[in-house]
Amino acid sequence: MGETILKMHGIQKYFPGVHALDNAQLEVRSGEVMALVGENGAGKSTLMKILTGIYPKDGGIIEYFGEEIELNGPKDAQSRGICIVHQELNLMQHLTVADNIFIGRESSTGLFLNQAEQYRKTQELLDKLHLSIDPKAVVRTLSVAKQQMVEIAKALSYNNTKLLILDEPSAVLTDTEIDDLFTFVEQLKSTGVGIIYISHRMDELQRITDRITVMRDGQYVGVLETAETEIAEVVRMMVGRTIYEEPKTQSAVPADAPIILECEHLNSIDVKDVSFHLKKGEILGFSGLMGAGRTETMRLLCGADPMTSGVIKLNGKPVRIKTPRDAVKHGIGYLSEDRKRYGLCLNLSITDNTVMPSLGTLFKGLFINDRAADRYSEEYIEKIKTKTPSTKTRVGSLSGGNQQKVVISKWLLRDCDILIFDEPTRGIDVGAKSEIYKLMNQLAAEGKSIIMISSDMPELLRMSDRIVVMCEGRKTGELDISEATQEKIMTFATNR
Amino acid sequence: MSNTTTKGARLGTKKLDMQKLLAPMALVILYILFSIVGENFFTWHTAENILQASYYIGFMAFGVTFIIITGGIDLSLGTVMMCSALLGGYSFKVLHLPMYVSILVTIFTAVAFGFLNGILIAKLKLPPFIATLGTQMMSAGLGSILTKVQAQTWPPVTDPTGGWFKKIFVRTKLFDFLPIGAVWLLVFFIIAALILHKTKLGRYFYAIGSNEEAARLSGINVDNWKIAAYTLSGFFVGMAALFYAAVYSTITPGVGQGQEMHGITGVIIGGTSMAGGSGTMVGSLIGVFIMSTLKTGLSACGLQAQWQTFFTGLVVIGAVLLDIYRTKTASKVKRS
Repeated sequence: MGETILKMHGIQKYFPGVHALDNAQLEVRSGEVMALVGENGAGKSTLMKILTGIYPKDGGIIEYFGEEIELNGPKDAQSRGICIVHQELNLMQHLTVADNIFIGRESSTGLFLNQAEQYRKTQELLDKLHLSIDPKAVVRTLSVAKQQMVEIAKALSYNNTKLLILDEPSAVLTDTEIDDLFTFVEQLKSTGVGIIYISHRMDELQRITDRITVMRDGQYVGVLETAETEIAEVVRMMVGRTIYEEPKTQSAVPADAPIILECEHLNSIDVKDVSFHLKKGEILGFSGLMGAGRTETMRLLCGADPMTSGVIKLNGKPVRIKTPRDAVKHGIGYLSEDRKRYGLCLNLSITDNTVMPSLGTLFKGLFINDRAADRYSEEYIEKIKTKTPSTKTRVGSLSGGNQQKVVISKWLLRDCDILIFDEPTRGIDVGAKSEIYKLMNQLAAEGKSIIMISSDMPELLRMSDRIVVMCEGRKTGELDISEATQEKIMTFATNR
Repeated sequence: MSNTTTKGARLGTKKLDMQKLLAPMALVILYILFSIVGENFFTWHTAENILQASYYIGFMAFGVTFIIITGGIDLSLGTVMMCSALLGGYSFKVLHLPMYVSILVTIFTAVAFGFLNGILIAKLKLPPFIATLGTQMMSAGLGSILTKVQAQTWPPVTDPTGGWFKKIFVRTKLFDFLPIGAVWLLVFFIIAALILHKTKLGRYFYAIGSNEEAARLSGINVDNWKIAAYTLSGFFVGMAALFYAAVYSTITPGVGQGQEMHGITGVIIGGTSMAGGSGTMVGSLIGVFIMSTLKTGLSACGLQAQWQTFFTGLVVIGAVLLDIYRTKTASKVKRS
């Protein structure tokens, strides 16, 4: 193991009314991958913001290559070779790969850009990193995984990068894409760069990291050698309690359960001849790689995109679903993978968000009874245990898990019988994840039918009664949970 | 979830409440300030003047508040107001229609333009800025075309058939002291506030402004509600036209561009975000009062119109800067 690059200890950070970091610490050696884990709100992001110079620290010491340093802003951190790749991609979608990488320090001759030089330099960089990406490609046209790699390449294009922070890089990637990412990270390690790896996915830690630093409530909990550690141990340290998860071995749905939804030969630009059915009380998993057309299929089902042909039957009767309004009327609720963009009005209150689809049915006439609305949202806050100071709290200030619960409340209050969960646990911490799982199982047991899209294979195998696999817009397989394995799913997903 | 987030949320709410008080406080401070430095400012007569200067701007501001909260904008307010007042005056004076019909023509014209804006934006998917820039010019042109570029004068109080128009809108005092126009303004403020804060319609406006796609996927008919917002705003613009006519009597074709900015400015000073999804009706009312107080107060200090314009500009920038600062601090705490 290499020399110690970074040593942060006794780090303190206060925000008005909040002691965000209390005695946080972190150590990274050259050529190692140090995982940084903790629930949402544990202080990981704050600590990284201090390390990258975005926030000043209120106490503690940062030692960098054995020297105590003060960071004066993000530029200072960057010039010292500390780079971060954020969870959300920060690329300019309409510019080329080369433009993105060299933005702010373009090659130029006089007043004019030297495009050729820039492409050449980008190509060199990409070659060095063994990435097969065209420097002239417009970023928008690349897959999410490729875009992620462009981000990392950009971070490494600053010649002297010694410390690279990857903030949940795998959150938007599918399994094969993650494999590519890890191969890439391994190569980086060998060049002596120290890597801080933030992730919510426990199985990744064992594959890629050397050591694990655990944080909880702004405090340092401990550091573990990955090779000698059980994942359960890490999780226990993170949440301060044991989480029990039972894998599913056979379908919980009786064989004679009525079929509630049938989709026959759905077609659109991205979806090709997809047929499937859903039984009452069933959790139907949808698996596939990024871009397999799972979300697109669901968007047809909930009227968000136009369907070119196909039949949707509810309880045996064909229905017309042309707008989201139709879908909601028929009791189909869609929980988007991107809650912030498609699911919630972030600057409105929990009550406003919860009652929004139901206003028409809850209140006759023009006026809203605010007190009654509050009571409805209160009811669901209690029922599914949303953690919030009040019903009037802005949804934007809740954690990811609780935001997800607000979306669930909204559809439950609307009395939806079919709930479509698109990546329900993306960006949600371990504790909240198991709560969402429990809630989904409870809903299914109460007779709601659930479709769950997930790129997290263990999650699919734990939750689903049946799994539909898609590849390139087509349905390539269907497995009962009793026969489903990761290998079988992968075979269908890659259509081999 | 740790309680860090919870605390942050609470702090955020407190900051928001402070913001609610900011505009009323500014109004009170301005009023006191002018009472001290202005000549004859602290009189009932001046207060009446402030109210009277708020009539038509107030109605425009109420209307455009709905639109801005849905995340849109209306640049045609001013010219539609003028066009409506012109056509109303024309109906009475040239076409010799009864006064109540002329009033209906005025309102109808503004509502029609509002509806047109709504269709262009919601159904034909034009950006609000472009659509209403187009209707701004169209309404300015239409007013001139139909009146053959003749100024239209609404009848004076003494007119036997149409004189009642001015009486019911401006030339009466309730209980001998309260100008009737202020009563109208207050009544319509209450109606607008009820619509915005207590009805489904209002709640959908907020939802659309906050996150249009989320609203759509929640089964809300976004297009129709947007058209409703623009049409409703059209009605308020029609009311503004009636008050403009009642106060100024003579309407000249070709003017009116720039009036919309008074309405929009009032809304912005009142703390409504141009990004949509947040704001209050009372904020817009106070915003308009701040502008009128500034106008009346500065002239009481012997400063001319150009100073009023200058200071109003300053207030707009100040108000929005404060808002940005507040949002920043709130989200900083949130992200921790």
